[in-house]
Amino acid sequence: MNTVTVEASGLTRIYGGREAVSDVSFTLSKGEVLGFLGPNGAGKSTTMKMLTGNLAPSSGSVKICGIDMVENPKEAKALIGYLPESPPLYRELTVDEFLTVAARLHRVSRSHVKKAVQIVKERCGLTEMGKRLIENLSKGYQQRVGIAQAIIHNPMVVILDEPTVGLDPIQIRDIRALIKELGGEHSVILSTHILPEVEMICDHVQIIHKGQLVFNGSIDVLRQQRHGNKLLVGLHNPPASEELLKVPGVVSIDTLPNGLLRVRHAEGQAPAEALVQAAVNNGWGLHQINPDQTTLEEVFVQLTFQELAA
Amino acid sequence: MIFTIARKELKSLFASPMGWVILALLQFVFGTFFLIGIDQYFQTMSGMIRPEQRMGVTEFVGHNVFSIASFVMLFAVPLLSMRLISEERRQQTLTFLFSAPLSLTEIVLGKFVGLVSFLTIVIFLMAAMMSSLNLWSDLDFGYIFANVLGLWFLVASFSALGIYVSSLTHQPVVAGIITFVALFALLILDHFFAGDPSSTMAYLSLMRHFEPFSRGLLDSSDFVYFLLFIITFLTLTVRRLDADRLRG
Repeated sequence: MNTVTVEASGLTRIYGGREAVSDVSFTLSKGEVLGFLGPNGAGKSTTMKMLTGNLAPSSGSVKICGIDMVENPKEAKALIGYLPESPPLYRELTVDEFLTVAARLHRVSRSHVKKAVQIVKERCGLTEMGKRLIENLSKGYQQRVGIAQAIIHNPMVVILDEPTVGLDPIQIRDIRALIKELGGEHSVILSTHILPEVEMICDHVQIIHKGQLVFNGSIDVLRQQRHGNKLLVGLHNPPASEELLKVPGVVSIDTLPNGLLRVRHAEGQAPAEALVQAAVNNGWGLHQINPDQTTLEEVFVQLTFQELAA
Repeated sequence: MIFTIARKELKSLFASPMGWVILALLQFVFGTFFLIGIDQYFQTMSGMIRPEQRMGVTEFVGHNVFSIASFVMLFAVPLLSMRLISEERRQQTLTFLFSAPLSLTEIVLGKFVGLVSFLTIVIFLMAAMMSSLNLWSDLDFGYIFANVLGLWFLVASFSALGIYVSSLTHQPVVAGIITFVALFALLILDHFFAGDPSSTMAYLSLMRHFEPFSRGLLDSSDFVYFLLFIITFLTLTVRRLDADRLRG
């Protein structure tokens, strides 16, 4: 099961002298879900456009299942399903009509078109929307039609650009489940700037920042980075730092501007229980204790720093 | 693949009131001129005593209808062609076509075929209207055929130019206006250079090449002119879309 589906090497895109994406290389195997993370304007969408053949790379190459995107665009594109940032929908058509056009254009054989539309509607929860005009659907349903359009021909590689934007929480959950399901038989690349989303559905993570790939690895590495070794503690009567440092496992204490304390602890040790116990015994007035989850920005900083140090 | 896109374009045209309204209005205009033509035919011919002054009903009514058709199409085609690519650009649906396993030529040809098939319906209805005269008279079908063919080539050329202009901009209205102005200029070019019949500029005029058709004359050089005109603008459109992919 270790067949390479996507192979990008040295992808670079220059816009008016500025490198929007520079030297991005990675490979993706069958059955993997790759998360593409990055702040706005980092080059996520540009990279995806290059992967799908919507944009010619200034240098570098993309191979889909061994087929070069520049040399054989038709064959390579037939293996890809792509949902761009704003779902490309013909608003004047109904869902059924649109999906039929999508199936035909993606070379679904004539006899299977109807069935393919039916199946994809079931998968994306659109069964009752078939006769409605796309124009009249809510943003969430439009997004689903966009996803349906991308997976209707059972492509080897599904590329989704921010698939959960604009959905309500229940829909987000459904879509995430769908993506996970897709990951079983296809390769999926999705971009997002929501970190928990990546944690939930991806096997691999790439972080792109200012066009550079700053991190490329398994999700576990990121998870560790994120949860880290810090606790956020809120105390009504905070004692002196020395008192707190006496709690076993605690390494250092920072006072945050909002009055909370950030307690750094040794790797692998969780002093939460001991802290609570100490707080109760000494009457520190504990009102809050949380693992301090780093924000995406901090992870970026950490990862960028790590890369530089390495 | 070309026909899948063409079908989609036709569906889009008929999904909005636009297609129906234009179809209806065009029929109304042509019908009106057809009736006026017949009316005038009797008035005029009753005054003509000598045989050499007399004129066939086909030519009299046909000239009336087909000359107005070429003029009305000048307005109708930009209205229909302006949305073809610019609207897709604006709605960002071009990505859908670009990501599908299609070549740019297939995309452009598909859109062209879609638009031309719509206009073919219009021309077909017109031809049917003309042919209905055959019920009480003997028609010169050769004359009608030449006119229909000429008109068809003319609107196909209009469409090719319209699609190209549409690929240049994000704004359908801008595309429509530019197409109209460009077509108008091309049509009346030979008026400006009327003094010099051998002028190259006048030779470029679309009207000059439509005229032989409207007299019932099929000239291969006119076919070639229209074909080259269509191929040129479709190729330019493909190049323009390719530039999108290259420059982003």
